[in-house]
Amino acid sequence: MAEQYVLAIDQGTTSTRCIVFDRRGRLVGVRQREHGQRYPRPGWVEHDAVEIWRNVEWVVPAALADAGVDVGAVVAIGIANQRETTIVWDRATGRPVGPAIVWQDTRTSGLLDALARRPEAERVQDLSGLPLSPYFAAARLRWILDHDPGLGVRAERGDVLFGTMESWLIWNLTGGTDGGIHVTDVTNASRTMLMDIVTRRWHPELLRFFGIPEGMLPQIVPSLHRVADARRVVPGVPIAAALGDQQAALFGQACFDAGEVKCTYGTGSFLLMNTGDELVRSKHGLIVTPAYEIAGEPAHYALEGSIAVTGSLVQWFRDGLQMINSAPEIETLARTVDDNGGCYIVPAFAGLLAPYWRSEARGIIVGLTSYITRGHLARAILEATGWQTREVIDAMLADSGLPLTSLKVDGGMTSDNLLMQFVADVLDTPVVRPMVAETVSLGAAYAAGLSVGYWPDLDSLRRNWHRAARWMPRMTATTRDREYGNWKRAVQRTFDWIVDQP
Amino acid sequence: MPGSVQSIQRAAAILHLLAASAGRLSLAEVSSSLGLAKGTAHGLLRTLREVGLVEQDRASAQYRLGPALLQLGTSYLDVNELRARSLNWADSLAAHVAETVRLGSLLKNQVLVVHHVFRPDDSPQVLDVGTLLPAHATALGKALLAYAPTAVRALPQIERYTRRTVVSMPRLRQELTQVRRAGVAVENEEWLVGMAGIAAPIRGSGGLVVGSIGLSGPVERLCLTSGAPRPALAAAVTDAAAAIARELEPDRR
Repeated sequence: MAEQYVLAIDQGTTSTRCIVFDRRGRLVGVRQREHGQRYPRPGWVEHDAVEIWRNVEWVVPAALADAGVDVGAVVAIGIANQRETTIVWDRATGRPVGPAIVWQDTRTSGLLDALARRPEAERVQDLSGLPLSPYFAAARLRWILDHDPGLGVRAERGDVLFGTMESWLIWNLTGGTDGGIHVTDVTNASRTMLMDIVTRRWHPELLRFFGIPEGMLPQIVPSLHRVADARRVVPGVPIAAALGDQQAALFGQACFDAGEVKCTYGTGSFLLMNTGDELVRSKHGLIVTPAYEIAGEPAHYALEGSIAVTGSLVQWFRDGLQMINSAPEIETLARTVDDNGGCYIVPAFAGLLAPYWRSEARGIIVGLTSYITRGHLARAILEATGWQTREVIDAMLADSGLPLTSLKVDGGMTSDNLLMQFVADVLDTPVVRPMVAETVSLGAAYAAGLSVGYWPDLDSLRRNWHRAARWMPRMTATTRDREYGNWKRAVQRTFDWIVDQP
Repeated sequence: MPGSVQSIQRAAAILHLLAASAGRLSLAEVSSSLGLAKGTAHGLLRTLREVGLVEQDRASAQYRLGPALLQLGTSYLDVNELRARSLNWADSLAAHVAETVRLGSLLKNQVLVVHHVFRPDDSPQVLDVGTLLPAHATALGKALLAYAPTAVRALPQIERYTRRTVVSMPRLRQELTQVRRAGVAVENEEWLVGMAGIAAPIRGSGGLVVGSIGLSGPVERLCLTSGAPRPALAAAVTDAAAAIARELEPDRR
């Protein structure tokens, strides 16, 4: 029998990539294309959904050609996508009514403040499992409806459609204006603030709170679910899975058991802990989210904590302060000194996310003395990522009551040995990196392959996971406790910085 | 005998001009100062920018001396940068051949382990990034020494680790010539009994060797009974080295 393959589309914040995987989970072909980032005003971030769709039309056949694989040998396609990015498009023309509003966009902060003062606000958080934050899609959708008076009526009739990125891609892949299927997977739907986290359906109270007409919403389907065969780009290939990118990374890291945790270290960093089929409500500032749902089985849940500024702090050190020429050089600079010299940097550039959720906080450098050099600053920058990881992990352990046996890591910053060692030190837990760094794409491929029976079960996927590196903790408890205390004091000093100016 | 290379003379003139200027210079200023056609000056500046000797300001498009000039005399490529750019290729080499993969860089006369990917069998293994290996007794080291004549001259007494370690300077030189010819270095129980290595040089811009990548494992898995490296493994190593070299090309930075 000829070799068969699974194809993953990773529609990310800066680029769209397509990767072809074989049965052992090895990468056999890859292509990638970046798309434009628009910043029309401070705090606004937009993408062109049509450009992204064209990139999909280009990267998919290109990746197949790179792998030397014929469409006929592809058994399934899986999608992983940037989450919370909001698109509204016209069902009849297939054209978006405006730019896609990206998850980093904070234009709805004011709107959220007003909503938060309403008495039902607390109920909204209980139902959705999410804190009221401009981070999620509902407020963006409300903003779009508010800024085009004609849209509301058309939305009620279902003439204009809402979707996150996977909805948009699936609708286009399945025919677009010619019978495109309008669905969203449960992990993406959970990031709108419109879905009931328990029943995993749109909730009327949530729709009422945000004033969203149900007619424009996609149908919520399990993450591992054969939606339909594609009619465009890869005609005849089943679209068998869709997951938000961070849930896809959790799946790609083979974190299938309760208590398994992964962290993806990129521009920002994202920690997810599988809590099994138990929905754990967070009392420590984390988000409750479906990890994945296999059609016909109970959903698996996860606790999630995001760190807004990690890799972007290194970029700021490079571009903003011009202390280094390339991001990896921060390790070289940090190794010119033995410790942080008493200096701490808290990168609350746009407030703090989990576990604090303080939007009025701003970044600080504290502990400056004439002794501090560039090397100490470089160390403090890397350590900030380590401590932020520790804070989210602490919250996860407190919420779940599960022990931490190891942290699985992926993403570009895992190439920084000093940082990975520091993370192991501050967690007092081994940190392990898998052999395939492309865990987001791998997770989408695993989900799609499992969905169509290409892989028989989760165990076969676990066997594909191999350790490429492991960092063991070396720091003494005394040092760890002292440094963590200092970090916490530094964090306290970022609070209450932004005040309403009269 | 061929004469001087004109483009190098002109490039040197551009560097002198930029060094003597207080601020940045525009393309027009460079071309008129040196009496060059705009197209010629542009081509020279673009190439100088690609190799880092000149830097162009994004907003004004003007030129000044680049960071690479300051680094002349120190290391050409930061080892942490080398690791970051090699990550995917080292992983896929290890996954493909199911052996340990390391990247090395010369530090004086020794090999600094810059990156280490575990053999993908999930057995207990210890990360050895930052450790030093003997250059003359390892494949990673020989792949570097072959392209570093001064390091070879500066080798102290060459130490014997096993019966098979090459300790005669003429024989080592002979072997390094062989490495340059084949593009692959082999270590056959020269450092540790029972263990072998296969490595290839990683070339940066302009062909400069900036590091080496190699496999290590039991000699019977890596080598034929003749002692030669298994051809499929040697090819996988040189392919990975070539892929990293492409990753290091200036326009991909």
